[in-house]
Amino acid sequence: MSLVAILTLVVSSTLVYSAPLIFTSIGGTFSERSGVVNVGLEGIMGMGAFASVVFNLTFANTFGTLTPWLGLVAGAIVGLVFSLLHAVATVTLRADHIISGTVINLMAPALGVFLIKVIYGKGQTEPISQDFGYANVPVLDKIPFIGPIFFEKTSAPAWLAIIVAVLSWYIIFKTKFGLRLRSVGENPQAADTLGLNVARLRYSGVMISGVLGGVGGAVVAQSISLNYSVGTIVGQGFVAMAAMIFGRWNPLGAMGASLFFGLSQSLAVVGAQLPGLKNVPSIWLQIAPYVLTIVVLVFFFGKTRAPKADGVNYIKAA
Amino acid sequence: MVVQKNNFSVALFSVLFGLIVGAIIMLVFGYNPISGYIALISSAFGSMQDIGGVLTQMTPLILTALGFTVASTAGFFNIGLSGQALAGWVGAVWYALSFPDMPAFVMIPSALILGTALGAVAGLIPGWLRAQFGASEVIVTIMMNYILLFLGNNILQNTMAKSIKESAETTKQVGHNASLQLKWLTDLTQGSSVSTGIFIALIMIVVVWFVMKKTTLGFEITAVGLNADAAKYAGVSAKRTAVVAMAISGGLAGLAGTIEGLGNYLNFFTQNSSPSIGFDGMAVALLGGGSYLGILGAAALFSVLKIGGLGMPMSSGVPFELVDIVIASIIFFVGANYLIRLIQKRIKAMDEKAAAQGAAKKSAKVASKQVKGGE
Repeated sequence: MSLVAILTLVVSSTLVYSAPLIFTSIGGTFSERSGVVNVGLEGIMGMGAFASVVFNLTFANTFGTLTPWLGLVAGAIVGLVFSLLHAVATVTLRADHIISGTVINLMAPALGVFLIKVIYGKGQTEPISQDFGYANVPVLDKIPFIGPIFFEKTSAPAWLAIIVAVLSWYIIFKTKFGLRLRSVGENPQAADTLGLNVARLRYSGVMISGVLGGVGGAVVAQSISLNYSVGTIVGQGFVAMAAMIFGRWNPLGAMGASLFFGLSQSLAVVGAQLPGLKNVPSIWLQIAPYVLTIVVLVFFFGKTRAPKADGVNYIKAA
Repeated sequence: MVVQKNNFSVALFSVLFGLIVGAIIMLVFGYNPISGYIALISSAFGSMQDIGGVLTQMTPLILTALGFTVASTAGFFNIGLSGQALAGWVGAVWYALSFPDMPAFVMIPSALILGTALGAVAGLIPGWLRAQFGASEVIVTIMMNYILLFLGNNILQNTMAKSIKESAETTKQVGHNASLQLKWLTDLTQGSSVSTGIFIALIMIVVVWFVMKKTTLGFEITAVGLNADAAKYAGVSAKRTAVVAMAISGGLAGLAGTIEGLGNYLNFFTQNSSPSIGFDGMAVALLGGGSYLGILGAAALFSVLKIGGLGMPMSSGVPFELVDIVIASIIFFVGANYLIRLIQKRIKAMDEKAAAQGAAKKSAKVASKQVKGGE
């Protein structure tokens, strides 16, 4: 295998596995920056995956190759609606954020499989016919050396995710909305005193996490699992949450952490094809990403600081 | 603090509302909610075997819920219960199969201790990393769930001797010397897999309650959870306490896994994902609202719903997943107890208003009588 071929394989599979994590971890960042802990990312991803697969199976003939992209929209909408449950519980009904998030995680797979059984009469769907597959990025794929590695036969959703990450960084740190969102997550009382609507900002934080988490789930369903069952989303939401903390509640950090997790997950999958890694027992490749995460966390990052009012309900004085 | 104290009526209302949500969903999708719930009740209590099934389901949930509660009392969010349980399960089954000739009175206690210790170590690591380096226990426990899952499967597939395996994916059954099942209990419940585990779990409720409420250690754990700085100024070592609390938490999960191995399944088989008893135990702890008696009630309710749900598709056509939706809804209402308290307050206010009006009428009558009398 030539160097370019090896790099191409590793980079493209890294991007495939990273894309859902990038979307979802950035969603989590928005929610937690506004002060609402979102343990429910896993459940939101599940609903996004469910919606996209149902959409894809229903409309594949109508929309053709555009279907997976519209599937992302379907996932985003259902994720948004589902996240409202978390927003209402935590912001309006003052529920504990962890309890509400756990409810989301318990509810999503049950509701998803229940509906699949009602719609299709069995516990899992047929494989979808229109998936993301691999795409070329126009123009950029003509760059010598870099082009074939990064932009040829690559994961299109991953590049969308990277654009979303940069955009989110700009929104959170450079816009008025971002400043307000962060202020509500740090000190809701002060923000309230200055005339900001704490509840509305927190709702928007959670709803953005619903949209991005739904997209994340839709990406998993339409580029990795290719159908929906109870096993489609098992743990990716928790890994995304870890990426968010690892990235220190910063979209670019979350993206970096997601790429790292994606790289190590992909090594476990494609490692057997790579020279040098061929002879390593697969168990080491399997656990490497998780061990590495712990090591990096302990030795290089140490204390992480969440937004100050993260998980604290704000009860406005009457 | 994750777990809050709730009063009993909130829990009751939550269960009621949860069941109503389930009924509405059944109605919307064209099922008959009454026959659905009758099917649920009859398959949870229909026979002694069903009741045995409920008790078998309850056993690990009680233990993992206790584990979650101990960690959250100390201010930790232990998502790693699944992995810790798995460590106990694999370790205990492997040990039991490796010494088939050891007498039961040596084997059973040592296997229980081993499984508990393995879970404790798996819990201690994230506790120590948090205490020593400030590494988020949430990330570390999530990562350790995966590590332990892959290690467990790898031990089964590649490390265990062929002689103790049924196939590449399953071990042989543990011998009588290590089984926690009791003949009279199995006969009583018509062959269900309920075991001594349920008694161990019940005893552990009392033990954990005692340790947390009546000993210095429990007091220190609670103090650190409430205010780590204040506890430090009072001379409590926050680091040591963190490590101990996470070790207890993991140990309880490890015990749950051990009982799954030696009491319920009697073997270990390849796992596709972390065992659900960890996450379900978390739900039970939240439903129990932080009280130890509440955990028992919540575990019973959870198990009745789960076992009852298994019978629903057969006799009423309702997919099994409905019970998970009901469980999630119940916990939603427990969490959003502000809503229930608001409703209760409304009802009370209405009662008071009605009573006040009644009283006003009465006094008006009395007054008019007096006026009449005066004439």
